[in-house]
Amino acid sequence: MMRAFDASRPVLIAVAALLVVMIVLPVGWLVVYSLSDKDGGATLGNFTTLFTDPTFVDPLITTLIIAVSVSLLCCAIAAPLGWLVARTDMPFAKSVRTLVMASLVTPPFVGAIAWEMLAAPNSGLLNQLWRVLTGMPADEALLDIYSLEGLIFVIACYTFPYVFILVANALDRMPGELEDASSMLGAKTWDTARRITVPLALPTLLAGALVAFLQALNLFGSPAILAIPAGFHTLTTRIWSLFQFPPKPELAAAASLPLLILTVLLLRAQAMALGRRGYAVLGGKYGEPRLIRLGALKWPAVGLALVVLAMPLFLPYAALFNSAFSRVASRIISVETATLHNFRFTFLELSSTMPALKNTFLLAVSSATVGALLALLIAYIVARQAVAGHRVLGFLATAPLAIPGIVLGVGLFLAYTRPPLTLYGTLWILLIAFVTIELPAAYQQLSSAFHAVHPELEEAGRMLGATRLRTLADITAPLLRSAVIATWCFIFVAVIRELSAAVILFTSDTKVLSVLIFDLKESGDVGAIAVLSLVMVGITTVVVAAANRLGGARNAGRLHARAVG
Amino acid sequence: MTRKSTPRRLTRRHVLAASAAATGAAFVTPVQAAPPEAQKITPALIEAAKKEGKLAWYTSVDLPVAEKIAKAFEAAYPGISMKVERSGAERIFQRIGQEYQSKIYNCDVVNSSDAAHLIVWKRGGMLAPFVPEDVARYFPAAHKDPDGMYASWRITLSPIAYNTKLVKPEDAPKGFIDLLDPKWVGKIVKAHPGYSGTIMTATQQLSRDLGWEYFEKLAKQKVMQVQSAADPPKKLALGERAVMADGTEYVVTTLKARGEPIAEVYAVEGTPLITGPSAIMARAANPNAARLFTAWSMTAEAQQMNVDVGALRSAHPLVKERPGRPKLADIKTLREDAAAVADQADAIKTRYTQLFKV
Repeated sequence: MMRAFDASRPVLIAVAALLVVMIVLPVGWLVVYSLSDKDGGATLGNFTTLFTDPTFVDPLITTLIIAVSVSLLCCAIAAPLGWLVARTDMPFAKSVRTLVMASLVTPPFVGAIAWEMLAAPNSGLLNQLWRVLTGMPADEALLDIYSLEGLIFVIACYTFPYVFILVANALDRMPGELEDASSMLGAKTWDTARRITVPLALPTLLAGALVAFLQALNLFGSPAILAIPAGFHTLTTRIWSLFQFPPKPELAAAASLPLLILTVLLLRAQAMALGRRGYAVLGGKYGEPRLIRLGALKWPAVGLALVVLAMPLFLPYAALFNSAFSRVASRIISVETATLHNFRFTFLELSSTMPALKNTFLLAVSSATVGALLALLIAYIVARQAVAGHRVLGFLATAPLAIPGIVLGVGLFLAYTRPPLTLYGTLWILLIAFVTIELPAAYQQLSSAFHAVHPELEEAGRMLGATRLRTLADITAPLLRSAVIATWCFIFVAVIRELSAAVILFTSDTKVLSVLIFDLKESGDVGAIAVLSLVMVGITTVVVAAANRLGGARNAGRLHARAVG
Repeated sequence: MTRKSTPRRLTRRHVLAASAAATGAAFVTPVQAAPPEAQKITPALIEAAKKEGKLAWYTSVDLPVAEKIAKAFEAAYPGISMKVERSGAERIFQRIGQEYQSKIYNCDVVNSSDAAHLIVWKRGGMLAPFVPEDVARYFPAAHKDPDGMYASWRITLSPIAYNTKLVKPEDAPKGFIDLLDPKWVGKIVKAHPGYSGTIMTATQQLSRDLGWEYFEKLAKQKVMQVQSAADPPKKLALGERAVMADGTEYVVTTLKARGEPIAEVYAVEGTPLITGPSAIMARAANPNAARLFTAWSMTAEAQQMNVDVGALRSAHPLVKERPGRPKLADIKTLREDAAAVADQADAIKTRYTQLFKV
C-alpha cells in the first residue's frame, strides 16, 4: 500500500543504533576487558584473581552479607509500615506515605554523610547526647556508624522506601472482597490478616526484598563513605579503587561481571515473583479494601511511623542543617554560634560550585528530556507493535536495569575513551550514562501509561491520513502528558543524585554536584558538603513540586487509576 | 610490581597521544642542554595572560587554602579567572594520566605533594620548562629542577597531633612507636597513601626508617582510615579521634590558630618532610596565564601569603616563619627521597592495602 512516507523504519533503526551505543558497546567492552591481560592477550587470570585474592574475595562476601541484611531489614520495616498506611485507620497515613516518598529525594551518600554527623562513635551528635543523658564515659560509644552494622543500617534507611511503595501499592489494590468473605465466614480481623492479607502480599514482599537486595548490592556512595574509614571494602568501592593509579581496568571489568550476572538472575526471580502476584489480584473491578480499626493502638502506630521516618528524614536533615550553620559539625549551633561561613565559602570561594551546579542542572534537564522522549518512543513502538522487531527494543530498553551504575560507568569508560567515539571528558558520556541508567524505569512507566490509551484514537488519526509520527505527536502525546511529566521528574531527580557512574566518568571540566560532594568528603570539608547537599535536595524538591503542578494532579490520578485498573 | 614499569607504559602512551606535543620525542632524552633563562613578570606576559583570561590549577593543597590563593591571584591580575581542581595528589596524578590518554588537556599548572610525580611527568615529556625569577635568584638547589621543569611551591610536614581536650599533654605520644601502645586502640586517625601524596611520601620515609613492622603493628590499632592528609586534623577538631598518626602540618597549625583543641607533636624519630613542587604542563591550554601564575606564586609576597594564610612552609629564603612556630631547620625531619618514592609507590600502596585492608 502506497502512502505518505512513514518514518517508522528509520526511527526504529536510529533507536536501535542508539541503544547499541548505550548498552551493547559498553557491556561488550566490559566482557572483552575482563578476558584480557594488561597487554591485551586473552586470559582467564582476572577471574582467578577475583576468586582467590582475599582483597577481592573479602569484599565479595561482605557485599553479600550487606545485601541480605539490608533486604531483610527493609522488609521488616516496610511491611508493617506499608500495612499500617494502606490497610488500617492509622491517623496521618497520607502524610506518612508522602514523607516516606520524600525521603527518596535524599541521595544515599548524603544520607551516609549525615549519619556520620549523627553517629560517628566520638563526635556523633547522638553519641554526645547519650553521654550527656547517661554520663557514659567519653571514649565509649552508643552507636558506631563506621561498622558493618552501621553501613547496613544507613543503606536500609534509604532503601526501605522502595519496598514500602511496592507493599503499600499492592495492599491498596488487594481486593476487599476476599477479606470480606473471610470475615463473613466468621474469621476474626487478625485471622483474616494472617490467612488472606499476608499470603496475598507475600509475593510483593518477596519482590521488594529483591529490589532492596539489588540496591544494596550495587550501591557505591554509602559504602565509600562509611566502609573505608571502618577498614573494609564492598565490591563497588573495590571496583572504584581499581581506577586509582596504576589503573587496572581489566580487573575492574572482571569484578563488575559478578554484579551484572547476579543482578540479571535476581531480576528474573523478581519478575517471577511479581508474575505470581499478578495472577492473584488482576481482573475485574474490586471494592475498596476494608480498613482495619486500630483502636487504642492508633497512636502507638503513629509513634512507630514517626520513629521510622526519623531515620532517613528528620535526624539526618537536622544534622545537615546544624552542620551547614556551624564552624565545627560536631557542635550543636545556637543563635550566637551560628555562622554563614560555610555558605560564604561554598558560593563565594569554592570555584567548582557554580560549574558543578551548571553541569548538574544541564545534565539533569537534558537527560530527563532525552530519556523521557526515548522511553516514550520505545514504549509506543512496543505497545502498538509498530514495526517488526519491536520486542528487541523493549528488551534493550529494560536491559540496563541489570547494569549497576558503577559497572555501566566502567563499561562506558572502556568504550568511549577510544576512537571512533572519544566521548570521555565531555558531558555527552555522562548524558549517555544517565539516560541509560534511567531508561528502564522510564520505559516501564510510560509503557504502562500507553496501555491506558485506546488504540482507536490513533487509528482514527491514521485513517484520516496522518503518518504514525504525526498521530503520535498530535493524539497520543497530549493524552500521555501527565505520565510523561512524571517520568521527566523521575529522571531529573535520579540524575541529580547519581554518583556511581559519574564518579568513574567525570573530568575536572565535567564535574557534577554529586562528585563535588564526594571530593569534598575525601578532604573532610563537612560544612561545604552540608550546604551543597541542602542545595541539591532543595533544587530537586522545587523541580518536582513545580512539575507536579504543571502536570496536573487530577489528570495524573485518572491515568494512574486506569493503568492500574 | 614496581612503579617503574607501569608509568613507563602510561607515559609512553601519553606521549603517543600527545604526538603533536612540542617536546616530541623528548621523553627519551628529557634533559635539555641548559636550564631555560629566568623569567620576570613582564607587561607583555600579563597582557598575553589576560588575553587567555583563564587558568586551571590542579593541586592537592587543602581546598580552603587553594581557593584563597586563587582569589589572591585573581585580585592581583583582574581579568584572569582561576579554576581550582583539588584532590589528593595520587588522584591528581591518576586523573592527569587518564585525561592525557584521552587527549584531554584541561590542566595548566599542577602542584603535587608527591614530588615523585614531577619526576615521572618530566620523564614523560609532559612538563614545560619555566623558571620564575625568584626561583632562579633565591631558591636553594634542592628545591628546583636543574632543567627548570619544576620548583618547590610549598613544603610541609606530617607530624603527629592530638586533641587537647581528649589527651593531656603529658599523656600525648612522643613519637611514632608510642602510637603502638594499647591505650591508643580505636583512637587513632590516619590518611591514605593511595590518595594523599603527603602520606605516600611520609609512608616511604617511615617504612624506610622504622621498617614495615611499624605499619604492621599500627594496622592492629583499629585505625580510622580517611583519605586526605588534610582530614586527620579535622577529625581531631571534631573530637572524632584523639590522635592522628599522620596528616598535614598546615591544617593542624590553622585549626590551632583558630582556637580548636589541637596540638602537634614532632616525633622523636623525626618528622616526615614533604615538598610540593609545581610545574606547567607542556600541553597547557593557557600557557601564558600558567606562566604568570607560576611566576607570581613563587614571589616572596605570594610565598609569604602561603605561610601567613595557609600555614605552609616555604623554600624562599626571604619568607618569614609564622610567629610562635618552630623553624623548619629546628625540627628533626626525615630525609625525603622522591626518586625512591617514584620507584616504590606501587609496592607501597599494595603493601599498605594488605595491612590496612582498604
